[in-house]
Amino acid sequence: MAVLLLAEVTDGKLNRDATAKGVTAAKQLGEVTVLCAGASCSDAAQEAAKIDGVAKVLCAEDALYGHRLAEPAAALIVSLAGDYSHIAAPATTDAKNIMPRVAALLDVMVISDVSGIVDGDTFERPVYAGNAVQTVKSSDVTKVVTIRTSSFDAAGEGGSASVENVAAGENPGLSEWVEDKVAESDRPELTSAGIVVSGGRGVGSEENFAIIEKLADKLGAAVGASRAAVDSGFAPNDWQVGQTGKVVAPELYIAVGISGAIQHLAGMKDSKIIVAINKDEEAPIFQVADYGLVGDLFDVVPELTEKL
Amino acid sequence: MKVLVPVKRVIDYNVKVRVKADGSGVDLANVKMSMNPFDEIAVEEAIRLKEKGVATEVVAVSIGVKQAQETLRTALAMGADRAILITSADDVHQDIEPLAVAKLLKAVVDEEQPQIVLCGKQAIDNDMNATGQMLAALLGWSQATFASTVEVEGEQATVTREVDGGLQTVKVKLPAIITSDLRLNEPRYASLPNIMKAKKKPLDEKTPADYGVDVAPRLEVVKTTEPEARKAGEMVASVDELVAKLKEKGVV
Ligand SMILES: Cc1cc2nc3c(=O)[nH]c(=O)nc-3n(C[C@H](O)[C@H](O)[C@H](O)COP(=O)(O)OP(=O)(O)OC[C@H]3O[C@@H](n4cnc5c(N)ncnc54)[C@H](O)[C@@H]3O)c2cc1C
Ligand SMILES: Nc1ncnc2c1ncn2[C@@H]1O[C@H](COP(=O)(O)O)[C@@H](O)[C@H]1O
Repeated sequence: MAVLLLAEVTDGKLNRDATAKGVTAAKQLGEVTVLCAGASCSDAAQEAAKIDGVAKVLCAEDALYGHRLAEPAAALIVSLAGDYSHIAAPATTDAKNIMPRVAALLDVMVISDVSGIVDGDTFERPVYAGNAVQTVKSSDVTKVVTIRTSSFDAAGEGGSASVENVAAGENPGLSEWVEDKVAESDRPELTSAGIVVSGGRGVGSEENFAIIEKLADKLGAAVGASRAAVDSGFAPNDWQVGQTGKVVAPELYIAVGISGAIQHLAGMKDSKIIVAINKDEEAPIFQVADYGLVGDLFDVVPELTEKL
Repeated sequence: MKVLVPVKRVIDYNVKVRVKADGSGVDLANVKMSMNPFDEIAVEEAIRLKEKGVATEVVAVSIGVKQAQETLRTALAMGADRAILITSADDVHQDIEPLAVAKLLKAVVDEEQPQIVLCGKQAIDNDMNATGQMLAALLGWSQATFASTVEVEGEQATVTREVDGGLQTVKVKLPAIITSDLRLNEPRYASLPNIMKAKKKPLDEKTPADYGVDVAPRLEVVKTTEPEARKAGEMVASVDELVAKLKEKGVV
């Protein structure tokens, strides 16, 4: 069996963490070929070649792939698909955009957000906001899967795969990139951070979110948020943790002013240690927290920041 | 232009999900069912396009058990003009896979010729996040997923998308598939008079056979289990105690 794994490449840079977690999962399915696509991607391809377990890297460098648009990316993958039993990608927003399109073009079902691999046909995936885990067996010729990165460790260094250039595929000419709005930050990335500090509606305003950010910076942590905090404009959309946001599993997750709705828990309940700070002792978040502290976050968080 | 909105009937997001003891699935008998929240957002956006004079007609489609009629009536009460129900299952536990849904929707699109299909980004039961993208593939259309703003001008739509790094704006050629994210809008509630009016709006009933589509699943659900439960830990009385515990664990 052979696997084509779509690497996560943004503006020429490899997201090593997400890609290496994908490699760990893909290795269980067969020999791994990594596909890097981008307007520039040779550096990303060189870096991917060093990931332990990668047999080969394909590099598709063309302006067509510069902005991760689904239509050309899916067409490229489909043109390469014939050689592989499995086509996989870490379950990022890019992959969630591209892979179902690939699957439909191949007339197969996509298997989204795989959290466990039983065998080459059989996969585990969370459903109903993580309230149930389904084991599904695919009868399709080609398996198209996205990998839940929080369920797999990143593969290490030590690979020395060959890098091969592949020609660009057709340009479906259906969509056009206009702009990216990406906040630059020195903080670790949410899905790979060892510590995450998240704020909820209880934080009250965008200005008050500085309290959360100060604690995060003291800990070298990433900052997350609940949907309510994002909807209210306290925090940007890419901080949302949950069923329909990002899924994280850090060593330490600190939930501040978050009630613990099931949709939020879906994104963080696999964290090693969970700390909850909430003024309501009945808040459901305490039912999953290893350490709970009942108190006003405006007293507790600054004190915690100072004492760490 | 016509806008098509696929709406799925799912377990209400407030209901506590129970896995059946025999591992055959989640118990959906006698639980509250509602329109998938992302689809409410999609319906709202379609109605706003009509109110802006961009869309001329909003058609809601649902695929599933016959009770999905209620979901369609909700869409009609919100402001959709007519509805199509494709009855594809007798048992509420029988989920129709995104690939089959996309094939049925393609058949509907071929008949109805909408310029935009507005889906939800994800059904909150199967959490697949796939149907819109699959439909775009089958039609050979452009796709703009996870939309937080949509602007339609002439032959194209400008869509801002919620992505891992922040926001991405793309321009797509119409006809296009757009899938809604949470921040696209806040869906309205249907007023009582509109609920009454909705009862008289047209609702066509079809079956997959009418469209010649095979809805047999490609994925066999071998079993459904409950995830490992987390136990509640301990309550600490002060910040000092919390700091001491975290140091003890070696995480700070
Ligand atoms: C389709 C759908 C998808 C969703 N996806 C997600 C998702 O991905 N992620 C997500 O998070 N949610 C998601 N939700 C929303 C979810 O259901 C909850 O509404 C949301 O998580 C609540 O956010 P919250 O805990 O910040 O707010 P609330 O539930 O309002 O809780 C605020 C908490 O702050 C506490 N508080 C207030 N003031 C203070 C203070 N001064 N000090 C200490 N504590 C204080 C309160 O006691 C309360 O517990 C989704 C919902 C739907 C319908
Ligand atoms: N059975 C269905 N009937 C109508 N629309 C559906 C159905 N299944 C999925 N959809 C649409 O596709 C979106 C994404 O669903 P999914 O790919 O299953 O996560 C939903 O938000 C709906 O808009």
